[in-house]
Amino acid sequence: MEQLVFKKPESIKDDFKISFCPGCDHGIAVRLVAEVLDELGVRENTIGIASVGCSVFSYDFFNVDIVESPHGRSMAVATGIKRSKPDKIVFTYQGDGDLASIGLGETIHAMTRGEKVTAICINNTTYGMTGGQAGPTTLLGQVTTTTTTGRKAELSGYPLKVSEILKEVDGTAYVARVTLDSPKAIMNAKNCIKKAFEAQIKGLGTGFVEILSTCPTNWKMTPQQAHERVRGEMSEVFKPGVYKDKVSEAQ
Amino acid sequence: MSVVIYRKNIKQVYFMGRIVLNREKCKACYLCIEACPNKVLDRDTEVNGLGYYPAKVVGNQNCVGCAMCARVCPDIAIEKVYR
Repeated sequence: MEQLVFKKPESIKDDFKISFCPGCDHGIAVRLVAEVLDELGVRENTIGIASVGCSVFSYDFFNVDIVESPHGRSMAVATGIKRSKPDKIVFTYQGDGDLASIGLGETIHAMTRGEKVTAICINNTTYGMTGGQAGPTTLLGQVTTTTTTGRKAELSGYPLKVSEILKEVDGTAYVARVTLDSPKAIMNAKNCIKKAFEAQIKGLGTGFVEILSTCPTNWKMTPQQAHERVRGEMSEVFKPGVYKDKVSEAQ
Repeated sequence: MSVVIYRKNIKQVYFMGRIVLNREKCKACYLCIEACPNKVLDRDTEVNGLGYYPAKVVGNQNCVGCAMCARVCPDIAIEKVYR
């Protein structure tokens, strides 16, 4: 008899319409989070926090309760929800312009307090939703609409490495940086996201996963070229890997 | 896709893979064509409702049901994979 080996996750709405650009890795990240919620069996007990950016439409596809937060304040909203309803699973779904730029203070302080939430950060090195301006994670020499001759260190500084910063924060229990450029990397990313949720469920602290994503529209590349860039240029600066893992140590 | 083999006069049915593609959800990034090891998918020559030339299943008899195409699809256009 035929076996069903892949289907749409329960945590994605039946009438979903993924609103991202063609080839954007956001869609894969949304699906992985939904698959993890299915596998952990916590879908009906979960509250998500959508942020401002391309992730703003999270309520269109996640089949869980979603709160829309002001720009950058997702971790602050997550703190309030988790403290008032400690038995719920709370996760935030943010971009790098939201978590690493305007919301870096909220993020670091929430994680220093060791809030039992999970943060997913999509790092695509630009402000994708507003038209590809330079963000805090823009690589040196990268051409964007506000750095037309490439980002220069003497003018606008160096790219911000979020995982390296949050690794040093005592409240975090799991910090990893993953890519989505191949089927193998996607399966690894799913395991990392699952551990970030387990860190929250076991009460060890904050789980954080930074996902190196593509932005083919604003990078002006095909999806295939964009994945090449993630594998080469981006992985040299933002090194993928597990930076902190208290979940495996606790077992 | 099923293969029927008679071995010692006993009929045995082996199922290989099969994918179900929703062409109205496809946005023509063609990441699935790159990921497929057996050339099951190719580009369509007609546009879909979104105005893209979507991916098309051309060789379901070669499909082994590895679900690589479904894993890399950002739009969940490959809705089901059977094996």
